Amino acid sequence: MNIWSALDPSQLINLTIIVPLIGAALVVLLGKQPNLREAASIITGIVLFTLVLAVADNTFSNVSMATSWITLLPGLEIAFLVEPLGVLFALVASFLWIITTIYAIGYMRGHNEENQTRFFFCFALSISTVMAICFSSNLLTLFIFYELLTLSTYPLVTHAGTEDAKRGGRVYLGILLGTSVAFLLFAILGTWVSAGTLDFTPGGVFSGAQSDGLVALLLVLFCYGIGKAALMPFHRWLPAAMVAPTPVSSLLHAVAVVKAGVFSILKVVIYIFGIDNLRDIATTDVMLYIGAATVLLSSCVAMTKDNLKARLAYSTISQLSYIVVGALLASSVAAAGASLHIATHAVGKITLFFCAGAIMVAAHKKNVSEMAGLGRKMPITMIAFAIGSLSIIGLPPMAGTWSKWYLMMGALETERLIIVVVLTISSLLNVAYLLPITIKAFFHPAPPNERPWSWSQTNEAPLPSLIAIVVTSTACLLLFFYPQPLIDLINLIPDVSTELKGQP
Amino acid sequence: MFVQHFPVLPIILPLIAAPLCILVGRSHLAWILATLVSALSFYVSVDLLLTTIEQGVLSYAIGGWEPPWGIEIRIDAASAMILSVVTGISTLVLVYAKESIVKEIDSRQHTLFYTAHLLCLTGLSGILSTGDAFNLFVFLEISSLATYTLVSLGADKRCLTAAFRYLVMGTIGATFILIGVGMMYMKTGTLNMIDLSARIAEFDSNRTLNTGLAFILVGVSIKLALFPLHMWLPPAYTHAPSAVSAFLASTATKVAVYVMVRFIFTIYGAEYVFYTMSMDIILLVLAIVAIFKCSFMATVQSNVKTMLAYSSVAQIGYMILGISLASNLGLMAGLLHIFNHALMKGALFMAVGAVLFRTGSVDIKAFQGLGKQMPLTMAAFTIAGLSIIGVPLTVGFVSKWYLVTAALEQQHWVVAFLVLLGSLLAIVYIGRILEAAYFKKPSQLTAGKDIKEAPMLMLVPMWGLVIANIYFGIDTSLSVTAADSAAQWLTQAVTETGAKQ
Repeated sequence: MNIWSALDPSQLINLTIIVPLIGAALVVLLGKQPNLREAASIITGIVLFTLVLAVADNTFSNVSMATSWITLLPGLEIAFLVEPLGVLFALVASFLWIITTIYAIGYMRGHNEENQTRFFFCFALSISTVMAICFSSNLLTLFIFYELLTLSTYPLVTHAGTEDAKRGGRVYLGILLGTSVAFLLFAILGTWVSAGTLDFTPGGVFSGAQSDGLVALLLVLFCYGIGKAALMPFHRWLPAAMVAPTPVSSLLHAVAVVKAGVFSILKVVIYIFGIDNLRDIATTDVMLYIGAATVLLSSCVAMTKDNLKARLAYSTISQLSYIVVGALLASSVAAAGASLHIATHAVGKITLFFCAGAIMVAAHKKNVSEMAGLGRKMPITMIAFAIGSLSIIGLPPMAGTWSKWYLMMGALETERLIIVVVLTISSLLNVAYLLPITIKAFFHPAPPNERPWSWSQTNEAPLPSLIAIVVTSTACLLLFFYPQPLIDLINLIPDVSTELKGQP
Repeated sequence: MFVQHFPVLPIILPLIAAPLCILVGRSHLAWILATLVSALSFYVSVDLLLTTIEQGVLSYAIGGWEPPWGIEIRIDAASAMILSVVTGISTLVLVYAKESIVKEIDSRQHTLFYTAHLLCLTGLSGILSTGDAFNLFVFLEISSLATYTLVSLGADKRCLTAAFRYLVMGTIGATFILIGVGMMYMKTGTLNMIDLSARIAEFDSNRTLNTGLAFILVGVSIKLALFPLHMWLPPAYTHAPSAVSAFLASTATKVAVYVMVRFIFTIYGAEYVFYTMSMDIILLVLAIVAIFKCSFMATVQSNVKTMLAYSSVAQIGYMILGISLASNLGLMAGLLHIFNHALMKGALFMAVGAVLFRTGSVDIKAFQGLGKQMPLTMAAFTIAGLSIIGVPLTVGFVSKWYLVTAALEQQHWVVAFLVLLGSLLAIVYIGRILEAAYFKKPSQLTAGKDIKEAPMLMLVPMWGLVIANIYFGIDTSLSVTAADSAAQWLTQAVTETGAKQ
C-alpha cells in the first residue's frame, strides 16, 4: 500500500515529521470551530498513517531512506535513517494516534474539558517528535527529540491545572528531565568521546578498544538515563502522569512516551552495544535482574491499587520491563519478542486505558471496588476490557501471546530459567490484578433494588470513544491470527530473528 | 585608509559620544545617539571578528608609537569575539533601555545613564582590545567607575549600599591587579603583553612574578565574581536598574573572565600557571563549588533578579571550569559559554525588567499568572530559561556539550558528571518561575490590576536575544568557529613562547 510512490522515498521521513506539525498549526488556526479542528486532527492522523505505511512498504522492498537536516556540531548532525525497528514503532504509534484522536474527541467533549485547542495542539506536536524518534539515525538526534517529547507532553499531563496535576507534572518533568540530563546525556557524551561516533550502527559502535569498565558503566547509564522506560527506582513519573486526561494516559503513557523509552533502549542495545557483545558486558546481568525485579514488584504494587488508572499504570511499568528484560537477554529471539511486545502491549494497554476513560465519562467511576455490576451498564466497554486483559496476560487468542512466547523462548535459549520463572509468575500476577475487574463487572450481583437487565438500561460511553475501543480490541484479536507482517518486519532488524539459532 | 583604524574604533566611538550625551541634554536624543554609536561599534566588531578569523591578529599602534614603547591595540579572535558580544548586547540593551528606565531612573538622570553606559562600553572595549597590561588596568577602572554609577542610578535606595559594596570590592580587586602588574613591570621592565610573555618565559619561577600572578588572579577573581569572592554581585544586580543588570550580567563579568584568560594564557603561559603553579586544581574546585553553591542559592530566592544573579555566579563557574581544564577544548568551551551565556542571561534579565515595568515588582509572587497576561514576555523567559537548563536546540546545550566533552577528554569523569548534575538545579530554579507564571492565580501583588504585554521597544531586543539563543543553538558554525579559533590563538601563543625558549 504505497499511495505516495510518486515521492522520493527519503522525503517520506521529512513528511512524517512535518505533517503532524502542519496538523498542529491547523488545530490552532481552526481553534474556534471545534468540528473543523477535530476533522483536521483526524485527517492529519490518516495522512500520517499512510505515510508510515509507505515507509514500511519501502522497507520491505529494501529501499534505503535517509535524510539529514543540519549539522549541529562538527561531525554531529540531526539526521534520519529508516530501519525496521523504527518502522515498527512508527506504525504502532501512528495507527493508534488516529484511534486515540477519535477517542479523545468523544472523551474531551463528554467531559467538557477546557483548553481543548491547546490539548489537540500538544497532542499533534508530541506525535511529530515520536516520528522523529522513530527515524533518528544517531543518538544526538534521538536525544533531542526525546527531550522535546518530554516538554511537549508536559502541558498535556498538567492539562487539568489542579494542584494534583501540578504535583504530577513536577514529578513527571523532574524525573524525565533529570534522568535524561544527568545519565542519558552523560552516557551519550561518554560514547562520543570513547567511540568517536554516535551513529546507530548494526553490530554496535564499540570496537573493543574501550575499557570494559567504561562500556559496563555506559550500559547502566543508558538504562537509567532513558527514564521513559520506567525502570525501578525511576518509575514514579508514570503513576504521577496519570493525572492527565485519559486519552493522554492511553496514547502517551501506554504507547508513545513509554514506548519511546523502551524503543530507545532496544535501539541502544541493538545499534550501539550490539546484541552479540552484550553478554560480555559485566553489568548486563545486573540490569537484567533489576528489570526482572521491576516486572514482579510493580505487578505486586498494581494489585494494591484500587484506582483503576493507577493499577494500569503500575501494570504498564511491569510490562515495559518485559521489553527491557528482552533487550538485555542478549538473544536474538528475546530481542524479537521485545520488539513485538512494543506492538502487542500497545494495543492491549490502550484498550484498557480507553475502557478506564469510558467508565469515567459514562459511569463516573474511578475505583475498581465500585465496578460491581458495571458489565450490565456498559457491556461493550467491559467485553473490550476483558479482551485487553487477556492480551496483557498473554493468553490465546490475543496478541500478547506471541510476544510472551518469543520472550520465553529467548530466556530458554540463553538458559536463564530464573527469567522464565519471573515471566510466568508475572503472568499469574497479571491474572490476579486484571481479571477480577471483569469478573466483578459481569458476575457480581447488582444492587438489590435494580430491575432485570435489558438493553435500554445500558449507558455506554460516547460513540467516538466506543468506536475506538472496538477497533483496538479487535486489533488485539487480529494480531493473534495475523502477526506475520510484524514478524517479517522484526526479522529485518539486524541480529534480531524469531528463529532460534541452530534451527534451519 | 579608514579600515586600518577599525581596531581602535570600538574604544573611540563611545568615548567621544559619552560626553555628547550630556551635551545634547534631551533624553531621547541621547538615546538615539548612544544606540547609533553602539550599533556602529557592533558593526565594526563583527567586521573585526571576521577579519581575525581569516587573518589572525590585528595590531594597531595608538598615535603611531610602535610597540612595545607605545600602547598597542591587539585584536585576536578571542578579543574580537567577546567584543562583538559586548557591543551587540550593549546595542540591544540600549534599545530596551528607553522604555525600561522611564520607571526605574529619575528622569533628570536619563542622559547621565546613557553617558555612564557609553563610558562603561568604552572601558570594556578597551580591556578587550588593548595589548598593554597597564592600559588594561586603566580601562578596567574606567568601566568599573561607570558601572558603580550605573548601579547607583536605581530608584530603590538600597541600590546605594549595593553600589558602595561593589565599589569597595571592585576597588580592592583593581588594586590587586595594579600591584600584580607593578610586580611584573618591576621584574621585566615592560608592559606590552607580548613582550611580557617573552620575558616572563626567561625567568624560571621567580618569586616576585609568582606573587604578581597571585595578586592578579585574586584581583580578577573579585572582578569576575568567582566563588567565594562573589558577594558583591547579587545585591548589585538585584538593585540596579533592569537595563543595567541585563548589560552587566551579560558583559562585565565576561570581560573579567577574558582578563583572566589573557593573563593566564597570553602573559604567563598556561604551562607556567597550570603545571608549575598548579592553579588548575584550585580553579577547578572553586568552579565546581560555585556551580553547586550558587545554583542552590538561586533555588531559594524569592526575588527573581537575585535568583538570576546567583545563577550568573554559577554560570561563571562553568566558564572557569572550562579554563581550568587546561586544554584547548576546555578553553574553547569556556569562551563559547561566555558568548552563549550572554545571550541567555541578557534575555532573562530583559524579561524580568519587562515584568518589573508592568507589575512594579520582581518578587516571584508578581510572576503568578503572568503566562496569560504577558504571554510574549513569559515565552521569552521560558525559552531563555530552557537555554540555561541546557535543553537541546538552544545555546545552553551547545555549551554544555563542549564543556562535558572537554572534561571527558581529560578523563575527568566525575567533573563531567557534576557539570550535568549542576544543570539539574537550573531545572529547579527556572521551573519555580515557570510554574508560578503558568499555573498559579495572580497574587495580591497583581490581582485586580490590568497588566498588559510589555511595550514593543522592550519586546524587540528581548526576542532578538531569544531568537539568537535558538539560532546559535541550531547553527553553531559561527560561534563554534569563533571560539575555536580564539582558543587556537590563545594556546598557540603558549607554544610560540615555548619555541622561543
